[in-house]
Amino acid sequence: MHPRLELRNICKRYPGVVANDDVSLSIQPGEIHAVLGENGAGKSTLMKIIYGAAQADSGEIFCDGNPIAAHNPATSRALGIEMVYQHFALFESVSVVENIALSASSAFDLPSLAAKIRELSLRYGMPIDPHRQVHDLSVGERQRVEIVRCLLQAPKLLILDEPTSVLTPQAVVKLFETLRQLAAEGCSIVYISHKLDEVQELCDTATVLRNGKVTGTARPKETTSLELARMMVGSKLPEMHVSPPTPSEKPVLEVNNLSVKARDHFGVDLKDVSFNVHGGEIVGLAGVSGNGQAELIALLSGERTHHNNDAIRICGTAAARLRADERRKLGLAFVPEERLGRGAVPSHTLWENAVLTAHRFGTVRNGLVDRRKASAFAAGIIDRFKVKANGPASTAQSLSGGNLQKFIVGREIALEPKLLLVSQPTWGVDVGASAFIRQTIVDLSRAGAAVLVVSEELDELFEICDRLLVICQGRVSPPLIRKTTDREEVGLLMTGRTMSTDQMAIGSGDVALQD
Amino acid sequence: MRVAAPVLASVLTLVVGSIFFASLGHDPLPTLYAFFVEPLNSLNGLSEWLLKASPLILIACGLAIGFRANVWNIGAEGQFTMGAIAASGVGLFWPNPDSVLLLPLMFVAGMGAGMAWAAIPAFLRARMNTNEILVTLMMTYIATLFLSYLVHGPWRDPAGFNYPQTALLPTAALFESFDPAYRLNPSIFITVVAVFVMWLFTDRSFLGYKMSVSGAAPLAARYAGFRESAAVWIGLMAGGAAAGIAGMAEAAGPLGQLSPQISPGYGFAAIIVAFIGRLNAFGIVLGGLLMSLLFLGGEGVQMTLGLPSALTRIFQGILLFFLLAADFFIFYRIRLIRPARDTHALETA
Repeated sequence: MHPRLELRNICKRYPGVVANDDVSLSIQPGEIHAVLGENGAGKSTLMKIIYGAAQADSGEIFCDGNPIAAHNPATSRALGIEMVYQHFALFESVSVVENIALSASSAFDLPSLAAKIRELSLRYGMPIDPHRQVHDLSVGERQRVEIVRCLLQAPKLLILDEPTSVLTPQAVVKLFETLRQLAAEGCSIVYISHKLDEVQELCDTATVLRNGKVTGTARPKETTSLELARMMVGSKLPEMHVSPPTPSEKPVLEVNNLSVKARDHFGVDLKDVSFNVHGGEIVGLAGVSGNGQAELIALLSGERTHHNNDAIRICGTAAARLRADERRKLGLAFVPEERLGRGAVPSHTLWENAVLTAHRFGTVRNGLVDRRKASAFAAGIIDRFKVKANGPASTAQSLSGGNLQKFIVGREIALEPKLLLVSQPTWGVDVGASAFIRQTIVDLSRAGAAVLVVSEELDELFEICDRLLVICQGRVSPPLIRKTTDREEVGLLMTGRTMSTDQMAIGSGDVALQD
Repeated sequence: MRVAAPVLASVLTLVVGSIFFASLGHDPLPTLYAFFVEPLNSLNGLSEWLLKASPLILIACGLAIGFRANVWNIGAEGQFTMGAIAASGVGLFWPNPDSVLLLPLMFVAGMGAGMAWAAIPAFLRARMNTNEILVTLMMTYIATLFLSYLVHGPWRDPAGFNYPQTALLPTAALFESFDPAYRLNPSIFITVVAVFVMWLFTDRSFLGYKMSVSGAAPLAARYAGFRESAAVWIGLMAGGAAAGIAGMAEAAGPLGQLSPQISPGYGFAAIIVAFIGRLNAFGIVLGGLLMSLLFLGGEGVQMTLGLPSALTRIFQGILLFFLLAADFFIFYRIRLIRPARDTHALETA
């Protein structure tokens, strides 16, 4: 039997980089095949070549034993190759069925298409109402729309580019069920990721890429994550150094009885949130996304203000009514979860994006932007944080997600904050860069800064945090000491199941500030 | 591509213009020559060219500052009118008509009135989130009618044979032409300064930087703590000030008095100029010169070939249409999909 897809000696060069260097792989029908690699390892380029969105310089592609010559996405789809991109391409203002109809390559009829969508989505355990407006859908539901769009074409090969980077843990479980069902029906799946645990859980085989080359193939379920990680990042695996915290006497961030109504019916009300973060410690905020994290972080960063000025105090100053830049004067720095459009202006250059928050650091003089200083500032970040970019003049949108994240984290840390808020520090960031970002955050805190990390990745929180808060339906739990708590306890709090009272006492209570 | 679009739009405008002339029974090439070249054949033509380009460029510079921050002031025509009214009011009624301060005072009054007229939509947008596009546009009609009221009523020249116009402004209230034979006057230096200020503001200043962040990524502006209302105020004030000054310069320049027709549509044409110039100071200069030529050429062929005066507006419209279309096709591709008669396609899927 011919493999569903076979790549032989694929090479692709871009000016200055070899994106794919002699890459070969083969995927059988019904196989779930992982393509593992760090950011910039060449995964996305390889997927574009398979899908026909880019052409290889040399090498051959076979589908079911037939060579594919020059092809494009349309011919790929005709062959049964479909791709779900990491960034969805949906029109928010129209319904699910209209979105899918818009991308149909052939004629369509809305009512029967809607019926088809309903049936398919139910069959694969991810129900969607075809008549809902896309702007009403959660990120997970939007992804379902993208997947159903592919399934309508009855694909033989489905490519998913980091599908879980935007999903809640529960949605990931659902997605995996769907993918397994698809594979059992004979559809081959290419699963691009850098998350080892997911690959080990889901995938039958894996091809590991590093710097555009295949550095190994493995059966993930029979391989340890250490071995896989070695293949991904080379022999040197970064090690974390987390020294014990030395909390400052006075808290740097105080949140007192912060309650706020959601702005619209998609939001979550915050109810009576109180906690402190001291200098020298890292506090983590765990929780399933959509439980009030976005509201809380917007209130803490100053993107949203609160009428009760005392509800938030930064370095002892009442700050709830202050705007973001006024809070920054008090020593706040903030890394938001959305990099493009919030943490950085997509169409602006990196040096311009450095000015966004670093305008008090010599990049603005007499009301004029000092381009040379700003460029030097940006170049410093690029250099120190090993951002892969064509210098300070490249635009933010030209960087990969992980590299832009490194730049934004670098920029905020270069502000020498007394208080750092970080939301999802390592979303879409590869293993090596994640470890680097986490280490930088730890170092910053050990140098005396207070750090609040909001993350959905429990592993990450357990790795770097000294204390943990759990947010669920707008309520924040009492702090848990990392060393005395465990995933089970945090997991229970995340799902809103209250523990029995004596367990609560052990879990938190008066031990909150000792470690 | 950003530069190619205006050039492409200009070329397409010429092509459509030729077809247009041909359909009116005129040989396209000589008509195009009469439209675009003949007006510049004389010193007077050049003087008129710059004279008309000056307010267009000035207003477009002010508007572009707002447009860059997604603040859509399309009521420059009204702010221009109010500037002209206020400046003329000072010129007509200042106790000492020979004062050397008269012109500077009129400048301040014109600018102030333009800004005040723009302040109303700015306040409404910043405080009540009204749509500034609608408000600025509606304010234009109020300004035009107010002007009409003044020149038909209280400010009408008693010695003016009942024409709806004011008395002529005193000499001290006028920009003296460089040469008595031509109308070009020193107010053009105001525009030169405005172009430089606009460039400095948008390209170099921190305030201009904040405005561009507000325009390109409103969430990033909020993230950085830049006030949204500041962008609204600065954007509308810049447009109001520029339009008000242009109105003052028009009243104190070629017109010398108020009449209901003080503007041949400079305030609206300047919007097109700002976009042809890609909201960039030097692009706006080129755009203003082109637009001014359309005004001149339209007048020219009206007189020499008897073509309708609506031609100028038509050319403006065609130019804007092609510019927007060119921009659109740079970013989007059209694909035709036929609606289904049956669901055959899906069944095979």
